[in-house]
Amino acid sequence: MQAPSKAGLSVNIASTGVTKGESHAALPMRMTISHLNFFYGTKQILFDVSLGIADKRVTALIGPSGCGKSTLLRTLDRMHETVTTARLEGEILLDGQNIMAQDVTQLRRRVGMVFQRPNPFPKSIFENVAYGPRINGFKGPIAEVVEKSLRNAALWDEVKDHLHKSAYELSGGQQQRLCIARALAVEPEVLLLDEPASALDPISTAKIEELLVELKNLTTIAIVTHNMQQAARISDFTAFLLTGQLIEFSPTPHLFTTPTDPRTEAYITGRFG
Amino acid sequence: MSARLRWRKFVSNFMLGLTGVCALVSVGVLFLILGYLLYNGGTSVNWDFFTKLPKPVGETGGGMANAIMGSAKLLLAASLIGVPIGFFGGIYLSEFSGSFTASIVRYAADLLNGVPSIVIGIFAYSVVVLPFKHFSTLAGAFALGIMMIPITLRSTEEFLKAVPRNLREGSMALGASKWKTITSVVVPAAYRGILTSILLALARVAGETAPLLFTAFGNRYWSNGWTQPTSSLPVMIFNYAVSPYEDWHRQAWAAGLVLLGLILIINIVARTILSRGIAVPRS
Repeated sequence: MQAPSKAGLSVNIASTGVTKGESHAALPMRMTISHLNFFYGTKQILFDVSLGIADKRVTALIGPSGCGKSTLLRTLDRMHETVTTARLEGEILLDGQNIMAQDVTQLRRRVGMVFQRPNPFPKSIFENVAYGPRINGFKGPIAEVVEKSLRNAALWDEVKDHLHKSAYELSGGQQQRLCIARALAVEPEVLLLDEPASALDPISTAKIEELLVELKNLTTIAIVTHNMQQAARISDFTAFLLTGQLIEFSPTPHLFTTPTDPRTEAYITGRFG
Repeated sequence: MSARLRWRKFVSNFMLGLTGVCALVSVGVLFLILGYLLYNGGTSVNWDFFTKLPKPVGETGGGMANAIMGSAKLLLAASLIGVPIGFFGGIYLSEFSGSFTASIVRYAADLLNGVPSIVIGIFAYSVVVLPFKHFSTLAGAFALGIMMIPITLRSTEEFLKAVPRNLREGSMALGASKWKTITSVVVPAAYRGILTSILLALARVAGETAPLLFTAFGNRYWSNGWTQPTSSLPVMIFNYAVSPYEDWHRQAWAAGLVLLGLILIINIVARTILSRGIAVPRS
């Protein structure tokens, strides 16, 4: 995976085979965010954001540091509730149902999350993947679920001979794929990824990106990234956020080649950020 | 070289030497005590010491089997009282309470930790010994248990707090409830640290004499159950050391050596636990 120059972006998109210029409106939505305002205490982080997460597609959220992209992602599985001063207005629907009205543990079983830094539990590789199904009362053959999840996360071949070793013996990139496997083990309908490759080396990053493109056959993906090339390579739709506002939301090839808003153009051509 | 620079070099070397000597003294004291105990008690520690009851005054020989057993029973019961309270209290402090409540409880625990052990002994005497009208193993264990609470509480809290936030989030993102996250991720990640400090708390109360003087009291024979007075190693050392008999002095040294050995073993076990298993990387 070569690092494309800014000018070479459009060429690169074509070569990765991302669906070109698909109409967003025609697709079924898995999640719908409408008129979302978000606050930490009195400080407003997000301003009237409305956005649809298309089913079985990769939606990327990009923007400079502090633009609210991670905050937006964390509202989708209500992870923001771990901060007591967090407050939000507006509506977020999962399959047409308001997520705020649901039991939060049920919601998080349906909407999985992978974090910026790999965070495997201090347990064996096997136990890490088995954790999600176990706490959700899974009674069937757990080893099969673990194998399937590790295969889906493209990690099985590397770890199959030492499943009972500590997860910390894996490299950073393997740990992150383990975390993806762990999230996949509960078969989430939506998988949220918060800059999943930002702490990894280029080769591990490439593996994660390949994996995500594969995974959209299984699940719906929303990914936060500060790496524009990454968004261009793997996503079908891209949302550009700036200071808490959604500036532009378009099919990825469209946003990177013919942005409608001058601020988007300024950002993707590297004039700020 | 100017006079000022020479003076500064001299001060520097002098202070360096001084700190080194102080470090040496602090280690030296421990080895001095160890050596003294070995010299005086080493010859008296034999098989009889671990298996026989004390002999009546005037007869030489005998052992302290009842005191060793008594200390073991006291420590077991004290752990059963002190560890659960400290452990669950620590979980509450670290995971559930607001910062105001936590600071109050933390302060109280630190105060409790500073209460002189003799005062805790008097307290146990008035709330356990007086109502039941006799000295007992349980009263002694109660006093020692109270002493274990603040150490267990504070260390549980500290070790749970050291578990990185992203591990908790990883668990909650999979649909685990807060309680499930605590029991299956946070506590397992911290258990080695917690277990170590429980063992260190145990080692600390193992040598306490004052709280046992008027709770567990003492006994020349095997203790007749949990509600009866019992002998214990620290109290035996006290009684034998202040006695006028040469043979008892000898045995007091031996008991001191055995007690120190016991504490040393607990410490080594604690440190071994801390260095094994899957550690959470500090981030």
